[in-house]
Amino acid sequence: MTAARQTWQVTLRGLRVFVRQPAYVALTLAQPLIWLLLFGALFKAITQIPGFHGGSYIDFLTPGIVVMLAVSSAGWTGMGFIDDIAGGVMDRELASPVWRGALNAGSVIYAALVVALQTVLIVLLALALGANYVGGVGGVLLLILVAALLAAAFASLSNGVALLARQREALIGAVSFVILPLTFLSSALMQESLVPGWIRTVAKFNPVNWAVVAGRSAAMQHIDWGLVASRIGLLVAVALLSATLATRAFARYQRSL
Amino acid sequence: MTAAISASELRKSYPPEVRALDGLSISVAEGTIFGLLGPNGAGKSTTVRVLATLTRPDGGSAQVAGVDVLADPVGVRRAIGVVGQKHGCAPEATGRENLVLQGEFYGISGRELRTRVAESLERFGLGDAADRAAKTYSGGMQRRLDIAMGLLHRPQVLFLDEPTTGLDPEARVEMWQEIERLAQQERMTILLTTHYMEEADRLASRLAIVDRGRVVVEGTPGELKSGLRGDTIHVELDKAQGGEAREALASLDGVEEVSLEGATLHARAIDGGAAIPAVLAALDARGVRALSVTLARPSLDEVYLRHAGRAFARADSEREEVAA
Repeated sequence: MTAARQTWQVTLRGLRVFVRQPAYVALTLAQPLIWLLLFGALFKAITQIPGFHGGSYIDFLTPGIVVMLAVSSAGWTGMGFIDDIAGGVMDRELASPVWRGALNAGSVIYAALVVALQTVLIVLLALALGANYVGGVGGVLLLILVAALLAAAFASLSNGVALLARQREALIGAVSFVILPLTFLSSALMQESLVPGWIRTVAKFNPVNWAVVAGRSAAMQHIDWGLVASRIGLLVAVALLSATLATRAFARYQRSL
Repeated sequence: MTAAISASELRKSYPPEVRALDGLSISVAEGTIFGLLGPNGAGKSTTVRVLATLTRPDGGSAQVAGVDVLADPVGVRRAIGVVGQKHGCAPEATGRENLVLQGEFYGISGRELRTRVAESLERFGLGDAADRAAKTYSGGMQRRLDIAMGLLHRPQVLFLDEPTTGLDPEARVEMWQEIERLAQQERMTILLTTHYMEEADRLASRLAIVDRGRVVVEGTPGELKSGLRGDTIHVELDKAQGGEAREALASLDGVEEVSLEGATLHARAIDGGAAIPAVLAALDARGVRALSVTLARPSLDEVYLRHAGRAFARADSEREEVAA
């Protein structure tokens, strides 16, 4: 109970920062729209590749953009910890009896909520551009869930890296290093049957791809329940695992003080 | 009297070879202000971090409010308030939000929390600024918010790590009055670190002078100063005449503890005023030119010099150079 209250208070702190910075809100909300329009224009021709059967280009790309954005948006979550460490906030919090898991979980939930909001915007814009959500509202909700779970996993990892490295540069390096390879080693932008075999193999183990596959099946196609449920299960497991690692990283951080 | 804080033989090193704590021991009686005085890098903040369970020592043991810091860190955290060197408040949140968040971290909530937050804002003169972001506060206001946050859960022991560093003189005096009030009216045990002699002298009922990770001398400010017996004479010398100057004073009656630090000669005399002419004559006889002669009455600066073997200001700036 106390743990839940503390987690919510940490989430609330993030949400307040978010709504009090109108420029930040505008950028966060504009980003998904720009991505969808740019990637949509760039990859319009993929529907003409022989063997492509993903329907219209907007139908195919929308879940891919959602997932890419979830990773890149949540990847920066650790910046908050780095600011808190530099400002003395982290040490004050750690000198209190607060449950360490709440410090991570609170910021992770905040990151997931922002991603959920961004996903809603992408979904609406894609709808305006003619996307056909075969899965209906339920399918779209599952797409949002999948994006939020993936965001949660990466937000925890980002927090963990922040606690271990404590340097902005290190976190920027780690996030930039990871985002594009993980996106390209998935079917986010290209149909699985059209990518080289080794990428297909790697993608099987890539959480980003689990989210793309599940989101696409749920929202844009006739849902494959077995596929969606298993990928959601895997994403939940990864999110819990990375939350555990991030919570443990507090002890590592304190040892270095 | 029972000890609210006791630390025994604390050791801690940071790789590759910084020995932050080298067998530091202190004991703080309940309801008193204890000062840890020393230059930058002496080990004061590391001591606070160990006692506040932010980090673990490599060796030694410590109890705070009767709880062992290694065996039950969470128990210690419940009993203490910590005001660190840096502002611990979230800059983008308002004063009120900072206090509420802090209260929740200590398991206080609901009406109880709202009441305490409102009282605390009034008490620290932040009532009008309660709903403004903390980053818009002046240095003194931020420091008051830090202390309000450290006290919200009514701790038995309060750690104040360099509470007035960076404050303007007016805000510093206000902070001193607040700290005195906490000790007198609330009988709170306070461990204060500072590198201001004046601050330690005014606030601490007992103090330990810390140098290179250990306590070099401990006592009340009065005891430490009266232990000096007499005045200190500082002679600033021309070029490299230090050796000769030291010899010149070594055999002089009424002058003792002659030591050389760089181009400055330190010596102690029971009656400094009477000794100065003799000191100048002795230097002159050897052809040593004195650039300036200063006489210092007993002060904590002199206590530090005597026990740490070097002048406080010099140790302080040396450390800063190393840090930079």
